[in-house]
Amino acid sequence: MEPSDTELIAAVRKGDVSQFEPLIARYQPRVFATARRYARREDEVQDIVQEVFIKAFQKLDSFRAEAPFEHWLMRMTVRTCYDFLRSHQRNRETTLTDLSDPEVDWLERFAASPEDNANNTDATKALIDRVMAQLSPEARLVITLLEIEDRSVKEIAQLTGWSVPLVKVRAFRARAQMKKILETLTREKYL
Amino acid sequence: MDLEKLQQQLMAAAKAAVPNDHVPYAFEKRIMERLTAPLTVDVWALWGNWLWRAVTPCASVMAVLGIWVVVTMHNEPEPQNLEQAIENTIMSGDDVAGE
Repeated sequence: MEPSDTELIAAVRKGDVSQFEPLIARYQPRVFATARRYARREDEVQDIVQEVFIKAFQKLDSFRAEAPFEHWLMRMTVRTCYDFLRSHQRNRETTLTDLSDPEVDWLERFAASPEDNANNTDATKALIDRVMAQLSPEARLVITLLEIEDRSVKEIAQLTGWSVPLVKVRAFRARAQMKKILETLTREKYL
Repeated sequence: MDLEKLQQQLMAAAKAAVPNDHVPYAFEKRIMERLTAPLTVDVWALWGNWLWRAVTPCASVMAVLGIWVVVTMHNEPEPQNLEQAIENTIMSGDDVAGE
């Protein structure tokens, strides 16, 4: 039988560093999946995951077993991803003007009939990536957690460390920002 | 174009695209290597860090001493002219010796 998180954490705290490895192995798929929502390049994703586990190891003494280890780790993951977005916000150079052919096709089909345009996932994904890359770090984080991951405002507040009213304000601003980006994206050809 | 609808469709597609949770081979070993690597101490960084920490107490001591000097300074009468000032300066040594 595999040791529980609590047993592994207790062993690490006693000085058996090697017991941290099973914890990494257990949770790294989830941390990788989360990091891939915010970073596109694989080397950036790996840097984020590595930073999360190093921080978790360094701050393990501050972990109180009141909530599951996974929740504590995911809070750390979301905050590390947010730090990553903030430190890379100058690199948001994806322009809205040079859309690829499949993206233009997708938008044209959408303009013709908005109801029947749910397919072509590659073009849609490229468009989403383009739009998300234009959002501010706060807006991107809140849109990802609220709209894409379907989390509640309270959950987001716990994950990010923001207050509930602040999450609501940032969600409102994020939606407005996204609408503005979509307006810019479609202005020239379709409005 | 219906932007509201466009946003809904993009969000729906983003929801449907669940991110990959693939982990590179032996990634946990790589992290463990980082964690167990012998700690190398950067002496200059440590020294710089200590200097920065010392800034506040040193500035505080300097400010306190400055205030103390200003408060305890004797208000001696200003000399009338340059000749008088030079004489006072030269004779002050004798005053101190005489005491």
